[in-house]
Amino acid sequence: MWRDDLRGIFYIALKDLRAYYLKPPNISWGIIFPLALILAFTIRQPGEVWELVPGLLGMTLLFGTTSMEAIVITFERRIGALERLLLAPISLPALLMGKVVGGMAFGLVTTVAVLVVAGLGLRGRPNWPMLLLTLLLSAAAFSALGAFVSVAVREVFEAQTLANFIRFPMIFLGGVFVPLSALPPPLRVVARALPLTYAVEAIQRALFGAALWTFGLDLLVLTAFAVSFFGLAAMVLTRKLD
Amino acid sequence: MMPLNNGKAIEVAGLTKHYGDLLAVDHISFEVLQGRVFGFLGPNGAGKTTTIRMLTGLTRPSQGQACILGYNLATDLTRIKKVIGVVPETSNLYHELSARDNLVFMGQLYGVPRRERGERSDALLRRFRLWEKRDTPFGKLSKGMKRALTVAAALVHHPQLVFLDEPTTGLDILSARSLRALIGQLREEGVTVFLTTHYLEEAERLCDQVALIVKGRLVALDTVEGLKARVQGRAAVEVTVGPGAGEARNAHLRFTAYDVAAALRSALDEAERQGRPVLSVRTVGPTLEDAFIELTGLSAELMLAEKGGR
Repeated sequence: MWRDDLRGIFYIALKDLRAYYLKPPNISWGIIFPLALILAFTIRQPGEVWELVPGLLGMTLLFGTTSMEAIVITFERRIGALERLLLAPISLPALLMGKVVGGMAFGLVTTVAVLVVAGLGLRGRPNWPMLLLTLLLSAAAFSALGAFVSVAVREVFEAQTLANFIRFPMIFLGGVFVPLSALPPPLRVVARALPLTYAVEAIQRALFGAALWTFGLDLLVLTAFAVSFFGLAAMVLTRKLD
Repeated sequence: MMPLNNGKAIEVAGLTKHYGDLLAVDHISFEVLQGRVFGFLGPNGAGKTTTIRMLTGLTRPSQGQACILGYNLATDLTRIKKVIGVVPETSNLYHELSARDNLVFMGQLYGVPRRERGERSDALLRRFRLWEKRDTPFGKLSKGMKRALTVAAALVHHPQLVFLDEPTTGLDILSARSLRALIGQLREEGVTVFLTTHYLEEAERLCDQVALIVKGRLVALDTVEGLKARVQGRAAVEVTVGPGAGEARNAHLRFTAYDVAAALRSALDEAERQGRPVLSVRTVGPTLEDAFIELTGLSAELMLAEKGGR
């Protein structure tokens, strides 16, 4: 049974990457947009742009994982293609995990591409294993959030609207452009309820070489977000399909 | 290890499905022998698709039990899914993937070994005359080709039982004929076919056994000949009438009664009422359509009209 599920996860993720993610508009949007932001900030304030890199990496990962993830399940439900997967000998959580892994893979590819360019001028000694772990857990949390959005609505446009309704406030409150310490206290409380805040914080620590123990809370919260969003998505999808 | 199923592909006992207050399927029970073509007939909303959805694991029964090829639906769903193929009512493959990639993907999902899934996909593309379109995205195929590819996708993993939900609805005559031929071939290969259709002629031609379902309840379960025998005592008259005022086409009126004269009188009265000239008259033996009308109290025309007719 678990072999069937593992095979299903792999091939569903691969199919989604081929059918939806690895298309020129997605790749260009996922990579060019954050690079253009880095370039714009470099020209405007060359000395301070590296402070923005963790936030931009977090934002790239958020958009890379959720751009298609948030609509793909809704779209497949609308055209009936999701039924194809439900008829195959794999469990519903494995099906959903395949979708999440597809979103994670695309988000990580775009983020690594931006990291390679942004990293050329990076000072200090990044903690690479922790950076990798942070990106993986953040990608899992964001992709599971995308899956939850996708199963929570009926129409593709509703999924896009809901995804933007969640993502844009996260960018403003999650430490991408404005440090958490600069936010008024009530907004700081709201920021602490957002996964992007913990992702940006952990990326910051990993890039600038912080000690291992400082990652604990961020990684724990990101894992909790990933598990919760995935559980919610699986529960809602099960209910909607019956 | 294969389960013991005593030659039965499907065993259903008291299967029931509620959607809130709506009783979609009401305690149905039947058996289908392996290697047979089983027709599941009824009008729109009768419960045909809900029954298929329950038997293929897409929705859970509210009550009742079912065994598919000896496996218990409640406990062995993954095993069941490995040995069945399903052609849903809508052609639902992936629009962005090519015809061949869709079949290969199905092979991957069902664990067909790498080389075998390539060979099997190519063989199915040739069998369904889609070889020339193998690199065309599914979304760009014609309606008939999409339907054919959807059927092919259900066969990639060599299923022992195939569920076909309205397989010929919306197909052109040639594609429908080709699909019917395929159902015959599957039967010859020992594959069990569970077929739902609105087209009674199709069921009469293809099915070994037929169940009639109306408003979620089975109203008859028999062989085609057995069902026809139930209306054997009745005579049927078919009258061809010319076009009425403002119409361009001939039409056929079919009436059944306990004697030929009564059926003929009814047919002639109807032709006169419609203002159409009578062109020819013939007596015919009872068909599945007659049995359907007799047993369900519904008209076959109503059933077709609900589906767009043919």
